[in-house]
Amino acid sequence: MTRKLILAIVCLALLLGLLIRASSGAMPNPFLDYQNLGLWVGAALTLFALSFLYGDNPFFRFTEHVFVGVASAYWMVQGFWGTLVPKLLANLAPEIAVSLFRMDFPVGVPWTRRLLYALPLLMGGLLLTRLHPRARRAGSWTLAFLVGITAGLRLIAFLDAGFMTQIQNSVVSLVAVSRSGFDLGKSLDAILLTGGVICCLLYFFFSRRESGPVALAGRFGLAVLMVTFGASFGFSVMGRVAVLVGRMEFLLHDWLGII
Amino acid sequence: MVQLGRWAVMNVTGRRCIYLGMLLAVTVPMIWRISFKEHPTPMVRDIFATIEKLPKNARVLFVCDFDPASAAETRPMEDAFARHLCLRGVGLYCLTLWPTGPIEIDRTIRDVIALEFPSYRYGQNFVNLGYMSGNEAVVAVALTNFKKAFSTDVHNISTHDASRLPMMVPIEDLASFDLIVDVSAGYPGLNEWIPYGAIPAGVPIVGGSVAVGSPEIFPYIPEQCGGILVGVKGAAEYEQLLLEQYPQLDRPECRIALERMGPQTVAHLMIIGLILLGNGIHLWRRHKEAAA
Repeated sequence: MTRKLILAIVCLALLLGLLIRASSGAMPNPFLDYQNLGLWVGAALTLFALSFLYGDNPFFRFTEHVFVGVASAYWMVQGFWGTLVPKLLANLAPEIAVSLFRMDFPVGVPWTRRLLYALPLLMGGLLLTRLHPRARRAGSWTLAFLVGITAGLRLIAFLDAGFMTQIQNSVVSLVAVSRSGFDLGKSLDAILLTGGVICCLLYFFFSRRESGPVALAGRFGLAVLMVTFGASFGFSVMGRVAVLVGRMEFLLHDWLGII
Repeated sequence: MVQLGRWAVMNVTGRRCIYLGMLLAVTVPMIWRISFKEHPTPMVRDIFATIEKLPKNARVLFVCDFDPASAAETRPMEDAFARHLCLRGVGLYCLTLWPTGPIEIDRTIRDVIALEFPSYRYGQNFVNLGYMSGNEAVVAVALTNFKKAFSTDVHNISTHDASRLPMMVPIEDLASFDLIVDVSAGYPGLNEWIPYGAIPAGVPIVGGSVAVGSPEIFPYIPEQCGGILVGVKGAAEYEQLLLEQYPQLDRPECRIALERMGPQTVAHLMIIGLILLGNGIHLWRRHKEAAA
């Protein structure tokens, strides 16, 4: 209890110090305009989110809920004004869009087009039936349509770009020749690429006993996989550090005005 | 009261010490403005050369598939690409497949295109086509009929309106573009634009990706994708090339990624040190337990 009280007093003292600093003009004053207030809210939410590093606390949970709520609301509003109104309503019933939202849409849409756009409305509506346990089967039609379209679309592109071309790109000449003659570096690259691919495939070849040259190649394949996972992890760390740098820049530059 | 063991207490305090160390590793170089000269890799040089080779008035599809959450990595590359493309005098067709992407397009237009290139006119030199829902389905439609996928711009001007959007006149499908530049932070992004758009249309594509998503794109390089900038490091290398080629850009707003590489490098060194330390302690404990 005493520790929490001390922590609260320290936080209040810091806040007071920051407000005094803001009033002196050294950093954005939250009482002057909404943009500055937004900066302060952003800074507070950043600090609340970072407070999780010390331990779970109500400030962190508050920020978490605000983040989820704001993001969902933004997506919903964007979906409504960016898709439902200009793409669906403007084709289905432009008169409503013009009179209700005072938007500039051509109203003379032919009935055939309106009927065509009634179909996605119907399918979208059917998706909502999944919220009701007794009517949820009706939504399966839309889901089946979506899954079918996505599978068909992905299969064709994947077969070409993700499968055939990848195989083609993996089978390269082991002896690379440049303008000046034999290129040792590129040749080693090609040998490593081809050898790595074959050894990785051999690692997943379970029909043979784990001994002999196949097992040895499989072990090399495992090493290649480990290096790949390690590099991916390294990229992941790099990304997280970049986010931290971005946030600290916001706190130190935009908010506190120190740098 | 439960008594914590010596190792448990060390774990908790050690963890907090690491967080504190990381905070210092990031903030100290930031305050002291420690930065390093970047040495661009061949892949980044290839991307730069691809844009350098573009003729004036070339048509470039500029895709911003990211959100503010990933902006720390993607914004510097987005700005660097926009700056370079405007310096080359090409036509920019901005769009996004992310609902949160329009914020980033608006910011780039406001802070880079409108501010640094006042001669760029809306509808003539650049157009903002905004967000379109549908992920890879949008790319598939744009492949054969671009104006069907993007019938209006963000201001609700029809893309068929030749008087207000004259730069849309020659656009029929994706093949109408000379280059696709996509800065992406996940799905949908480069992984969708390459197989569904660039390859079938035969249009070269380059871009940038958040570091964590880049291993998914690497298999496409160099045959199917000209190259990608990987995270802040890639953006910094690109900024370095821009500064070398266009010295007039030596301004703070053109060095964002270069400035960020200082804290980034120190943080990486600290992580490497911690990995070595952790492994050392682990080996030492194992040796001690074996001896006991």
